Amino acid sequence: MTPDLGKYAFAVLGSYVVSLVLIAAVIVLSLVRSRRVRAELKRIEERLRNG
Amino acid sequence: MGPEASLLSRIAPGVLWIGALLACLLSLDRIFALDWEDGSLDLLATAPRLAVRAGGGFGLGLAFFLIVTVLVPFGVGPEASLLSRIAPGVLWIGALLACLLSLDRIFALDWEDGSLDLLATAPLPMEGIVTIKALAHWITTGLPLVLAAPLLGVLLNLPQAGYLWVLVSLALGTPALSVIGTFGAALTVGLKRGGLLLSLLVLPLYVPTLIFGAEVARRGAEGLTVQTPLLMLAGISAGTIALLPFASAAVLRINLR
Amino acid sequence: MSIWEYANPVKFIRATDRVLPWVSALALVCLVTGLIWGFFFTPEDYRQGSTVKIIYLHVPSALMAINAWIMMLVASLIWIVRRHHVSALAARAAAPVGTVFTLIALATGALWGQPMWGTWWAWDPRLTSFLILFLFYLGYMALWAAIENDDTAADLTSILCLVGSVFALLSRYAVNFWNQGLHQGASLSLDAEENVADVFWYPLLVCIAGFVALFIALVFLRTQTEIRARRARALLARERRA
Repeated sequence: MTPDLGKYAFAVLGSYVVSLVLIAAVIVLSLVRSRRVRAELKRIEERLRNG
Repeated sequence: MGPEASLLSRIAPGVLWIGALLACLLSLDRIFALDWEDGSLDLLATAPRLAVRAGGGFGLGLAFFLIVTVLVPFGVGPEASLLSRIAPGVLWIGALLACLLSLDRIFALDWEDGSLDLLATAPLPMEGIVTIKALAHWITTGLPLVLAAPLLGVLLNLPQAGYLWVLVSLALGTPALSVIGTFGAALTVGLKRGGLLLSLLVLPLYVPTLIFGAEVARRGAEGLTVQTPLLMLAGISAGTIALLPFASAAVLRINLR
Repeated sequence: MSIWEYANPVKFIRATDRVLPWVSALALVCLVTGLIWGFFFTPEDYRQGSTVKIIYLHVPSALMAINAWIMMLVASLIWIVRRHHVSALAARAAAPVGTVFTLIALATGALWGQPMWGTWWAWDPRLTSFLILFLFYLGYMALWAAIENDDTAADLTSILCLVGSVFALLSRYAVNFWNQGLHQGASLSLDAEENVADVFWYPLLVCIAGFVALFIALVFLRTQTEIRARRARALLARERRA
């Protein structure tokens, strides 16, 4: 199943690993920040409404 | 295509750049003529005094240029042939860094004592103010660097043919460095620790000027033809002098809001 | 009904909330399909061997690194002309994504260059241009981060984006002039598809679609975040004044 990458295995696998890690990082960071900001805004809005 | 057409196409770029340069020179001339009465020349005249008051306009930049030039042989070794090969590039980088270090002083004093707000309400348009500030920066920093470069070339074993072209390329390129730097200084004028940010913003903008300027000096030093990079360098200088003050003025207006 | 309706932050959030799952799913499907297709089911190139598989990451990321900057330029222009806050915030949201794509293009380029050109880094014009683009992204984000007032930051960064675009273009030509370079122009660029055999071309197209969808999804998500963060700041400021 896995293709025989020959002597270029490091270059090819390295590219895929580096790229996927970077893409995953930017997605995760965006999601985490989105969630945090969303929660904070909700908290502020509720406090303003009640208080 | 007759011979006339090919001749025309050969000289066309040169004519265009010369035209742009002349247009620039003429418009600079008009700034002085129109604003003689409302004191913009005073603005220019105070620049050297301000530079000295802010801690050595002429001196500090020149000293920095000297130190960079002295440090390079320590870094790469004293071999004469190597030094003479890299001399034009080193001189350009040294001049560029010396220029960069003095940028934050362009507006700093005027910002701190509030005279920038006064200038903003003056009859002189903001575009004129930033042009004069850039010119003042060039006179206090760029011009001394241009004049010092051939002297420092001796330390780096610059080839005979290189002296003229280092001088010419720096004389043509440093105005662009000052104008681009004024844009960066206007962007970061109100920030407390703007120095590092200013470098980060300005250095990428310096890339085309550096490439063509250093290429003129390098080719000149090797005795090659310098026409193409020289025209490009002149074009970049003319274009930035003509257009970038509008951006700098817009940025300064936003920062003074 | 015009496109400017979505300049209203509330409408923008409502609309993108509806679209976001679909775009994200599209990005996921395209990326997984394209990369698996490219990695497992394409032959080796007779000249480049298995390194040709890097193309499925290198070309889409390089393409989107430039397109992200162009999108920021357009958004900055819209902000300057029409003063829609969502536009300025979208430009801000796109910058980190573009930076990551630039980094991917640079990293895969270095990894590809090592076996093909015998060196990790060459001052090849295209590599150099991407490095300069990376510096522009850094400066742009640093300026956003440095300024406290939101409107001032939006104004200054949009002008920097405009001026930076001109200088980035100038640098591109300066760098071309300065060094001839190793990139084999046609076989790697998109405008010369006849040079890329169909077996490589179709999975590459799927990957490009995946990167485009990923970019759109991330920009929508991050713009929503910026809008909410800004609203939170505004509410806090109002509370302090009251």
